[in-house]
Amino acid sequence: MSSDLSPATLQLRDVSKSFGPVVALRSGSIEVQAGSIHALVGENGAGKSTLVKIVSGLYRRDSGSLLLDGEPTDFGSTAESKAAGVAVIYQEPTLFPDLSVTENIFMGRQILGRGRRIDRAAMYAEAERLFQGLGVHIDPRRPALGLSIADQQIIEIAKAISLDAKLLIMDEPTAALSGVEVERLFTVARRLRDEGRAIVFISHRFDEVFALCDTVTVMRDGSYIGTRPIAETTVAEMVNLMVGREVADLYPKQENEVGDAVLEVEGLNSAGVFHDVSFTVRRGEIVGLAGLVGAGRSEIARAVFGVDGYDRGTVRMNGAEVPAHNPRAAIKMGMAFIPEDRRKQGLVTEASVAGNIAGVIRRSLTRGGLLTRAAENKAVVGWAARLAVKTSSLDMAASTMSGGNQQKVVIAKWLASNPDLLIIDEPTRGIDVGTKAEVHRLISELAGQGMAILMISSELPEVLGMADRVLVVSEGRLTADLARSDATPERVMHAATSSQEVAS
Amino acid sequence: MTPPVETSAQMSEATALLVEPSAMSSRQRLVRTVLRSRELSIFIVLVLVVLAATIKNPSFLFSSSGWRDFLVTPSMLLLLAVGQTVVIITRNVDLSVGSILGLTAYLTGRLFVDHPSLPIIAVVLVALVAGAGLGLINGLLVGYGKVPALVITLGTMYIFRGIALTWAGSSRITASQLPESFLDLGTQQIVSIPVLFIVAIAIVLAVGYYLQTARSGRELYAVGSDPDAAVLYGLAVRRRVIGAFIVSGALAGLAGVVYAARYGTVSSEAGSGLELQAVAAAVIGGVAIFGGSGTVWGAAIGAVLLVTINRALPMVGISDFWQQALVGALIIAAIVLDRVLALRQARKLIEARDES
Repeated sequence: MSSDLSPATLQLRDVSKSFGPVVALRSGSIEVQAGSIHALVGENGAGKSTLVKIVSGLYRRDSGSLLLDGEPTDFGSTAESKAAGVAVIYQEPTLFPDLSVTENIFMGRQILGRGRRIDRAAMYAEAERLFQGLGVHIDPRRPALGLSIADQQIIEIAKAISLDAKLLIMDEPTAALSGVEVERLFTVARRLRDEGRAIVFISHRFDEVFALCDTVTVMRDGSYIGTRPIAETTVAEMVNLMVGREVADLYPKQENEVGDAVLEVEGLNSAGVFHDVSFTVRRGEIVGLAGLVGAGRSEIARAVFGVDGYDRGTVRMNGAEVPAHNPRAAIKMGMAFIPEDRRKQGLVTEASVAGNIAGVIRRSLTRGGLLTRAAENKAVVGWAARLAVKTSSLDMAASTMSGGNQQKVVIAKWLASNPDLLIIDEPTRGIDVGTKAEVHRLISELAGQGMAILMISSELPEVLGMADRVLVVSEGRLTADLARSDATPERVMHAATSSQEVAS
Repeated sequence: MTPPVETSAQMSEATALLVEPSAMSSRQRLVRTVLRSRELSIFIVLVLVVLAATIKNPSFLFSSSGWRDFLVTPSMLLLLAVGQTVVIITRNVDLSVGSILGLTAYLTGRLFVDHPSLPIIAVVLVALVAGAGLGLINGLLVGYGKVPALVITLGTMYIFRGIALTWAGSSRITASQLPESFLDLGTQQIVSIPVLFIVAIAIVLAVGYYLQTARSGRELYAVGSDPDAAVLYGLAVRRRVIGAFIVSGALAGLAGVVYAARYGTVSSEAGSGLELQAVAAAVIGGVAIFGGSGTVWGAAIGAVLLVTINRALPMVGISDFWQQALVGALIIAAIVLDRVLALRQARKLIEARDES
């Protein structure tokens, strides 16, 4: 690959990055040539985004080398990488909603007229020229507020072009786009490639990778796995490289007796978020909810639990209808919900471990309206021990614990309320491998005791390893319901990437 | 309710999700912008208040002292509101401006008393620099402390006031201790417009021009609109925030000079409570409290409106309690209006997206 005379636009070799004890990137390597579109694929948590943030100057690497046009480089800030000609389009575009589209493109390097005064007319004209070059019609004067994600990405691309970026990194740009919008984005990307720029394209959708890119690099568990020319590879090979390990040995799955239906969801619909979702979860069963980030999995779970409302459909627990938009009623009827972002939504990080665990059952612990520390500790101590929460004292603040132990405290908190159904969103995100296995064992045990479990996870091996049944969500719709024996990585990925246009 | 699949299929490639450029001429656009602006509606309210007061009592406007008071009284708040606007645009707030004003007002008096030979312009400069220095302290604490500006400036508000109290004690500067030429500034007029008002308006224009046309001015809006995005853009976020606090402090320092010139009497309690009036003026004038939008023109009209209401209502015969309540209602109305408009726009967009 390095037979070209000119050096690659971007070269990363054995780059690593850790956050405290969590290794986000073990050994990232990639080589991107000018005038090429290079796909970077890997499961969630494989380290792609960390790698991107190192190239963009948002993070500093711990070790390894970064070469731009063959020159060793070190970016201390996003401003430096920008000046060097690197433009990054993040999954969620980052624009200033209050400012005009034109100001968003030129912020920080506005065209100046006489007396260092911003020349608005020249900026509008330049923005118009950029949009024309991209083949889109956007009013350069309108505010960025209210633009669709697709149009926001066009603004980001216009920004990159006006910077004359030689390297354009797009982190899952198509995750929230419709078919037409994806086509438009691809047309623009090809045009930029033909101008001789290097493009890194991150996507979960294999059909897109094959349609757009000429080279693909696969990452797994924070490490470089391999690079292939697109013409010489297949979907099967890519999935193999991505998943890589034997799923079974990592996940201590125990066989359970599956009983009666606990949760029945029928025709659940919320305009613009998810559509016509129906499924059941039975006693002793672990149901995995798989799909791409942004497909609507968490939103479905939040609606079932009552955090968000929905406009049609019913949710039944043990045969009785659960009122919509009422989490307190849902808890009373036996539901428990462990959200994805535990720091924000699942834990009072400043409170003690005991206070957190006792939070949900506070009412039953009060004596004459008063809650004593002693009553809290008494109720909690058994749970903490069972979950092997490593903490020197129950009075310790939750914020000082590791991610894995925080997760265990959150689980303990809900188990104390003795639920029939546990909804758990991304149970092992940001947890080191050892603790991951403990959390998995715990979930498996709970199912063994007859609890019904609905587990949302972006990590395919986790879903395949843990779930008795896998539901796949794509663009707000259930696109597959696979039994454990039928659930292969290929089938789940296929269902997760099948867009409406293809399905209908 | 929403037929999602069919409509998206019917949409032709060319029209789907593209936003058409506006076909308006630049003059049409200007007229539209002005008509829809918050500044205009606040200005109309101001005109109505002045009209009501003048009809009830013509001397409110049509007497030499009435006219002068109408323009001079808001001068101090104008300066504070402009500084406050610059800070609020960056998604911060400066509650210490009242205390800075108190300190610099006393400093101004002390300088005249202790060094009678100092020229007025030197004293003004010292007050400006002192205010800027106190603003710098705020800015550094907010920029490096990672603590909300509300808390930091609440703290420095008490600290600066405490310094003034310790320094001044129970003594006060009186008009007899100040030079005639300085006190004249408070009453002097050029073509029947008071000098202090001219100074304030000049500052409003300068800061407004800066915010509209300088790179760093626009970056203040960007920082307030989305601080995380500003970092990704590679903007010097911390430097901009510190700069905003320096401007606010310097203008509070200048307001301290104005206070001394206008009232002649300065005690350690000078200017207490003005910080909240400055915030109120900005909010009424359409400056979004979460940063990113608003103009100093709006804040300036808001400041004049606030002061004028306080002077007009007693004349119309409305009791003290109702004056305060009315100001409160005005603030809440301004915020509710912003919220309603934002919600309506968000709902429209979601509907538009579901239909496409």
